Amino acid sequence: MSELDVRDAATPPEPAATPVPDPGLEEHVERYTDVDDRASRATYRQIVAMLGAVPVLVVAFVVVYFAVPISAEFALFGTTWKAQHVLLGGTVGLAILLIGMALIQWARLVMSDVEMSEERHPAQTGPEARAVLAADTKAGVEESGIKRRALIGSGVAGGLGLLVVPALLALGDLGPWPTDAVRAKTIEKTIWAEGIRLVNDVNYLPLKASELVVGQLVNAEPENLQALHGSEYQIAKAKAAIIVVRMDPNSIRIPDSRKDWQVDGILCYSKICTHVGCPISLWEQQSHHLLCPCHQSTFDLGNSGVVVFGPAARSLPQLPITTDADGYLVARSDFTVPVGPSFFERDSSKDFKDGDN
Amino acid sequence: MAKPTKIREDSPALAVQTPPEAPPAVNKLAPAAEWVDQRSGIGKVIKGALRKIFPDHWSFLLGEIALYSFIILLLTGVFLTLWFKPSMGEVEYSGSYELMRNIPMSEAFASTLNISFDVRGGLLMRQIHHWAAMLFVAAMTIHMLRVFFTGAFRKPRELNWIIGVGLLSIGLIEGFAGYSLPDDLLSGTGLRFVDGSIRSIPIIGTWVEFFVFGGEFPGELIIPRLYMVHILLVPGLLLGLISAHMALLVYHKHTQWPGPGRTQKNVVGYPLFPVYAAKAGGFFFIVFGVTTLMGALMQINPVWLYGPYNPSQVTAGSQPDWYMGFVEGAIRIMPNWEWHLGSTTWSWNIFIPFVGLMGLLFTGLALYPFIEAWVTGDKSEHHLLDRPRNAPNRTAFGVACMTCYGMFWAAGGNDIIATQFHVSLNDVTYFMRVAVFVAPVIAFIVTKRICLSLQRRDAETVLHGSPTGVIVRSPDGGYTEAHTPVSQGEAYTLTRHPQWTPVESGGRVRQRLSRWFAHGQIAKPTAEDIEAASHHAHPISPVDAAADETASIGSGKDAE
Ligand code: HEM
Ligand code: FES
Repeated sequence: MSELDVRDAATPPEPAATPVPDPGLEEHVERYTDVDDRASRATYRQIVAMLGAVPVLVVAFVVVYFAVPISAEFALFGTTWKAQHVLLGGTVGLAILLIGMALIQWARLVMSDVEMSEERHPAQTGPEARAVLAADTKAGVEESGIKRRALIGSGVAGGLGLLVVPALLALGDLGPWPTDAVRAKTIEKTIWAEGIRLVNDVNYLPLKASELVVGQLVNAEPENLQALHGSEYQIAKAKAAIIVVRMDPNSIRIPDSRKDWQVDGILCYSKICTHVGCPISLWEQQSHHLLCPCHQSTFDLGNSGVVVFGPAARSLPQLPITTDADGYLVARSDFTVPVGPSFFERDSSKDFKDGDN
Repeated sequence: MAKPTKIREDSPALAVQTPPEAPPAVNKLAPAAEWVDQRSGIGKVIKGALRKIFPDHWSFLLGEIALYSFIILLLTGVFLTLWFKPSMGEVEYSGSYELMRNIPMSEAFASTLNISFDVRGGLLMRQIHHWAAMLFVAAMTIHMLRVFFTGAFRKPRELNWIIGVGLLSIGLIEGFAGYSLPDDLLSGTGLRFVDGSIRSIPIIGTWVEFFVFGGEFPGELIIPRLYMVHILLVPGLLLGLISAHMALLVYHKHTQWPGPGRTQKNVVGYPLFPVYAAKAGGFFFIVFGVTTLMGALMQINPVWLYGPYNPSQVTAGSQPDWYMGFVEGAIRIMPNWEWHLGSTTWSWNIFIPFVGLMGLLFTGLALYPFIEAWVTGDKSEHHLLDRPRNAPNRTAFGVACMTCYGMFWAAGGNDIIATQFHVSLNDVTYFMRVAVFVAPVIAFIVTKRICLSLQRRDAETVLHGSPTGVIVRSPDGGYTEAHTPVSQGEAYTLTRHPQWTPVESGGRVRQRLSRWFAHGQIAKPTAEDIEAASHHAHPISPVDAAADETASIGSGKDAE
């Protein structure tokens, strides 16, 4: 009978008939260190030596802590190492390791290595104890009177269940509720607006249309970003970041509806990927493709930012731009659709699709 | 097999070995122990436990590594909390790292720089903490694979399996939360990814996003909130689950490998005190020592090179910590399916690989013991481990799942693969889309074949002994390899496993699955076979060997 034939068995099944009978535990074999005195003494010396090195290493740690300045560096194997860091870690790490090795050697070679056997019992509670438990439960239930006064039981269960409502509602202020009105002021809006200058994202200098050459890409921000700080700044930047590219107007396709969104082949797109929101950065001048380094979605900036490859599903939003009286690039409005990754309430019918005009 | 030591064939068969000789009775405790016992009666609890038996095998150390790295995380983590400031408030850096002087950054990032450059031993602790975190998740994963492939999740250990799945899943959350704390460019990019993914949840996504981040991304609450999650909520849960895991382990007693004298009703090994305690304690210090040396010598997460988080910048080739790699890969190779229904957007391209894949993985893991028990109809307790080859379908299924995971993980580096091997990124992506489905099938078939071949070799070994490497030339010119009979212990070990028998009750689906699960195993030699083989124990002639070969290949085919 095999182990699996014992269905519904509460006790561990023994394979009743194995083709070869169980010979029982192997005979204990003496270790070399048990029989050879020299080997045994050598092991002892080894363990003591390992433990003996520990105080030395600890002293070294203390010396390093006080004597080696935190900024000291040294060069080795072609890299520079922070001297204090490496020496502190090296000394204490080695000390800990040696304690571990000494303990293991002690257990393996000095302590008795006679294997022992212990009985196992089924996980289930034994029959008597189970009987007692059943009787106790029954007595308890009876004494509580719940059988006759059943409404108390339902009342307690229902009442406890209902407490979930206040518990959950107490979390209601974890964040503002993204109602239509709140979304319209937050994730569906950026700080771009009519007349806001496009500025270089490193030095905040405004971009002059005439200074951009064909093939050039500039990472830019709205001029009014500078006024913000802390989390306001980060929130605004996470949506408003843009890229400005100049392409040869004859080598790209500009739909009629977007004719006046650009200035002589200078186009401006959101820098925030429509996939999960990484800032896109890798620009291929020849193909006009812009590749997101996170999951490689690729957008065609020569074709209103449509997706040509990768997991992103929507075109990069384009920012309508023009020039001001001084020839600097300015926005004509905010983005016409929400930027960044999709969300459930997003009306994606207005996004540009390949072939739209 | 449990013990590598060779034993003499004529060794006496001992049923149960007792400790050498009982020491003379002592009934006095040490004074301190006496003091405690008089006030707590703790002796009653400890009584038997001190000499509890633990079996010894390298594969049982994997769970220990996970436990020890968790302790290391607690120790180093508490150190870090003494200086870390979980605030997204803006400050201008004025510490000793020259390259970041006067740059505006969050307090979290500034305090991370402070720990790294101005606290003695701070960088060491940060690096140990991060290495231990990698090790923690890795050890849990490999430990789980060990439990899976040896069938240690079967009754009565299903609860402990589920606790383990819980530990692994919240371990990932803990790791991710910690990774996000320093608020550097890389961790901010990771948070952006999570923000985009949360948003993709149909219907409630935007609400979850606003509730988690306290409004729009990144806001100013996410780091303080993750800090609470990272140092209180999740460690508390981990601690509770780990305690339950250990308590059940002690109660069930550890499983053991099959071998002579090792039965379902006993456990053979070394007593907790002193041998196992010294080994386990020693091993803790070894893990601690190694992670400390790693922290000292191997740089990890040099946040000062990435700089503070800036939502308009990203480091090229940015990668999450290894354990999030499979989700990253799935996100990368997912086709860009998105529905635009009316004024709503359904982002399957993100929801399926993010929530869907992780949900599938952890639900599948949690349910597996119950599915297998349902398929095999096996309700008995198991304390002896399966050798993976003796459960060929389980093993092959496990390897197929690992392969699938591996493919997703590799897809997480599709850009690296493309640049390293000079192939087109698009081709790598298309290839991976197919590979995540096809490679597991191939892995299943190959693994099952290997298992069956190993089973066949076990049967051969029992019948004809193990090869000696000595080539014998027979008088008529044939060459054969001499075989030496195996010991009774080894023969027992090789033949004691159960043969799977399909269930005959239940619905059609169950019966069919059950037949499939039992299918293909190699019948183990019977007592008669062994008897017969030992009678004509002549060296196998080449002709015989060839005949055997075809016969077994044939039977293998039949079995498929
Ligand atoms: C339970 C006690 C723990 C405490 C008190 C703790 C505390 C901390 C603190 C304060 C930091 C930020 C400090 C910095 O990097 O400068 C941190 C970072 C981190 N923690 Fe923990 N942690 C604990 C457990 C864990 C666990 C269990 C994991 C992994 C599964 C983990 C993974 C991380 C990671 C990956 C970082 C980022 C480290 C870096 O950037 O160098 N922590 N932890
Ligand atoms: S965020 Fe750009 S491809 Fe995923």
